[in-house]
Amino acid sequence: MESRIEAQDATRVVAKAKVGRSKQLWKAIKKDWQLYTLLLLPLVHYFIFRYIPMYGVVIAFRRYQPGGPVYGSEWVGLRYFKMFLRDEGFWRAFRNNIILSVEYLVISFPFPIIFALLLNELKNLTFKKFVQTVSYLPHFISTVIVVGMIKEILSPSIGVVNMILKDLTGRTIDFVSDPRWFRTIYITSGIWQQLGWNSIIYLAALSGINPELYEAARIDGANRFQQMRYVTIPGIMPTVMVLLILNIGSLMAVGFEKILLLYSPLTYETADVISTFLYRMGLTMNNYSYGAAVGLFESLIGVFLLTTANYLSRKFTDSSLW
Amino acid sequence: MKFANKKRISVFDVINIVIMICVVIITLYPFLYLTALSMSSEKYVYAGEITFYPKGFTLGTYRVLLKDSDFWISYRNTIIYTVVGTVISLALTVLLAYPLSKKNLKGRGVLLGFILFTMFFSGGLIPTYLLVSRMLQMRNTIWAVIIPGAISTYNVLVTKTFFEGIPDELEEAAAIDGMNTYGILFRIVLPLSKPILATMSLFYAVGIWNNWFGPFIYLDMKELFPVSLYLRNIIAGAQKAREIVGGDVEGFGDIEATIKSASMVVSALPIIMIYPFVQKYFVKGIMIGSLKG
Repeated sequence: MESRIEAQDATRVVAKAKVGRSKQLWKAIKKDWQLYTLLLLPLVHYFIFRYIPMYGVVIAFRRYQPGGPVYGSEWVGLRYFKMFLRDEGFWRAFRNNIILSVEYLVISFPFPIIFALLLNELKNLTFKKFVQTVSYLPHFISTVIVVGMIKEILSPSIGVVNMILKDLTGRTIDFVSDPRWFRTIYITSGIWQQLGWNSIIYLAALSGINPELYEAARIDGANRFQQMRYVTIPGIMPTVMVLLILNIGSLMAVGFEKILLLYSPLTYETADVISTFLYRMGLTMNNYSYGAAVGLFESLIGVFLLTTANYLSRKFTDSSLW
Repeated sequence: MKFANKKRISVFDVINIVIMICVVIITLYPFLYLTALSMSSEKYVYAGEITFYPKGFTLGTYRVLLKDSDFWISYRNTIIYTVVGTVISLALTVLLAYPLSKKNLKGRGVLLGFILFTMFFSGGLIPTYLLVSRMLQMRNTIWAVIIPGAISTYNVLVTKTFFEGIPDELEEAAAIDGMNTYGILFRIVLPLSKPILATMSLFYAVGIWNNWFGPFIYLDMKELFPVSLYLRNIIAGAQKAREIVGGDVEGFGDIEATIKSASMVVSALPIIMIYPFVQKYFVKGIMIGSLKG
């Protein structure tokens, strides 16, 4: 199959060489002209909705006046950066963001891998398919509903968890309003949401392992656990590394919408992260410049992490993002 | 002997199956619990007696909910936003992905850089908000909900990868027959791309169906709210649930919980019902995407 395609490519190259070079170029431009017209609308969309906001970060250095230019006019330099760097609320959000991100990554990361390994060991394919289908479902449920579920299940007056707790200990806990429980709720529900979906990529890696390796291992007398230890796990290790690095690259990006729906002033102490902090400052209190300054800071951290992750990826694995 | 060897069920298999059944139960339990709450009478809900199945079965909550005109308006809005938004998103994605899938397109590298850079750095929430609501004056229009996030760069890359897999010969043959680029795209390439178009439509449709934050910051008028925002307002404050019941809070006891559950069930229902039939397309999408890396 491949050699056939190669042969076709070769004939085409020969054919192309025969036609005059300038004629070929003219032909390409004529053909491309229509392709460029297709690009027009999407590129305008990118320009307006991605690049104008990038320019719009100048508002972080300007004062915004209602009725004035949208991205402000009067330059104030680093005023808003100095402001948030002196703001205890910002540092609390910064700390919370790091703690939540790192805890979430460390705790949730192994689950899809273990799940994929176990799925891979199922012999009944119908059952396997069923488990997979069910496990992907939460990924498609909106954050609003997920948070609604959390609040119902954990409700101190009627929720099932507290009813069991009451039977066992006689006390109830208002989990959602308790800052000590926020991270647990966030991480646990995150695992529930993403377990199945995140396992897809590992299952793909597992199905890519050469069956002959298992055969060879069996002939050498390896039992199932030894096969897993010496064939399966090394087989998916590159995928694990790439995903770990990708996750580090987007470490600070927490589930902004979920937190926004889940937190309350009662839990800001642990739940407020950079994105929710800047949302409140920028859009609730209408301090656009302040919010944009925090947003720029957040973006720069993101760029730094992604660059670092890419560097690590290039150093330790074969693949990199660029 | 051979047969026995193949069918041997070890202790590990049994434990594995038990774990998998637990995963299934844990995954489905919240849905079951919500459904049970929504169909139970308030007496049992208030006593905290609902665990797995409805007690004092009633559809009264659904009747109350479905009588709320705001609910119907928001449901209709969601359907409109999803349909219009998906069409626009899909069109823009195809228009961008197709030319970029042509390896010999002049300036391809620059164009790819132009769109990839947006995955790397973005203006952020505030500048985007000011653009949409102040500069473009899109507040309180359907456009604020569906246009700003219409193109997902990731989806463009996946679609581009798919297009790259279509044999050039087909397109070249069509070109020799005198078909222009538009004809090739619409009559040759797109009919061959139904799987990826289905996948992308589903990704976009689910995204718009579930989107509440865009509507939340750009819409003030209740008659424009999608159901996700309607739901958010119910969950965020009990007030709305009381409004639906119509002031007679006493008689309904803790109906808020049942109203909340019922509205969550009704708004998740389309996704849960369609999902088992279309999930293979989602998985296909993520597979094509992962082959890239």
